[in-house]
Amino acid sequence: MDTRMLVRIALMAALIGALGLVPPFFLPVLPGVPITTQNLGVMLAGLVLGARGGAAASGLFVLVVLLGAPLLTGGRGGLGLLAGPTVGFFLGFIPGAFVTGWLAERLRLPAFAGALVAAFAGGVLVLYACGIPALAGIAGLSLRQAALGSAVFLPGDVLKSVAAALLATTVLRPWRVPHRP
Amino acid sequence: MIGGYLPGRSLLHRLPAGAKLIGLALLSVLLVPLDNPFVLALALAGVVLVYAGLGRAGVARLFQWRALLPVLVVIGALQLWATTPTVAAASLLRILLMVLLADLVTLSTRLQDMMDALMVALRPFERFGLDARRLSLAVALVLRFVPVLIASWHGRAEAWRARSPRRPGLALVGAFFTGALKGADQVAEALDARGFSARQRED
Repeated sequence: MDTRMLVRIALMAALIGALGLVPPFFLPVLPGVPITTQNLGVMLAGLVLGARGGAAASGLFVLVVLLGAPLLTGGRGGLGLLAGPTVGFFLGFIPGAFVTGWLAERLRLPAFAGALVAAFAGGVLVLYACGIPALAGIAGLSLRQAALGSAVFLPGDVLKSVAAALLATTVLRPWRVPHRP
Repeated sequence: MIGGYLPGRSLLHRLPAGAKLIGLALLSVLLVPLDNPFVLALALAGVVLVYAGLGRAGVARLFQWRALLPVLVVIGALQLWATTPTVAAASLLRILLMVLLADLVTLSTRLQDMMDALMVALRPFERFGLDARRLSLAVALVLRFVPVLIASWHGRAEAWRARSPRRPGLALVGAFFTGALKGADQVAEALDARGFSARQRED
């Protein structure tokens, strides 16, 4: 890995963190429902840096937060997150970015459609697949209940996937990791 | 803005980071089988007293965790619906207790000390290609980039407001991302120019 990739990975990790601190830039926020924009950063990390780079950026973000930087939505940080009910969503950032990148490198679809499917699969489906069982286990809920509780975030997550795919196929395109054949 | 560390001179602050991390791991294993809400509430009261012992800053720190409240309320409601109040109370108390215990380690340990403890733990993995020096550079870069990114966004928003009566929005996104990625590549060039990657190969 060259220095440029290392710094870009750090930048995308910082972007995930910055998205947690700033109120959403351009997403309509449903009243009363706390919407995190951080999985938008996770999708972008996978789309721009590819599977390995995206997972590295998410992993770096997770590490920095666990070390104590309060960069998770709501200004949370530190080891307490590992015991909290949202730990699955938090740790799911790593496989989420990986799957987004992996699919984006392989899907044989028009650029926007490919990026959209990859972002939704990694940044939403994988994230929920990690987050819901952990929420159910820690909070003592059934999988159905945990899934029901998470479903309120789905409309926002669809919007974020569209935003990530739009960004990745327009302004971020020159920086994307070259697709492997 | 960055750093979950609360400066202080308490006993917790003086303990080495590694000892605190091992202690936390042991405590969380011990807590898992506890399901009596009264015992858990007692333990929680003890942890709250430790926070109170840290003074005003410690109490303020407790309130920082109100971000967790909406999630806890939803969990509590779902559990009341599905199980007994005792089980609901026990699991809410357990979550709160574990979170607050872990945060005690975070607030009493400098990020650098935590990083050093991590490096010790990671040393055995160096033979598998993990480079601890690059990892700590990456962590430092993330901590520096976050305020830089936020400042860059605010700078662009202010420039927009100075020129337009409309609110800044989507129009800034493109320039923001291009600027951030260009800036990152310049940082990489600056690191290389100072022999960062060359020193890598010698090691």
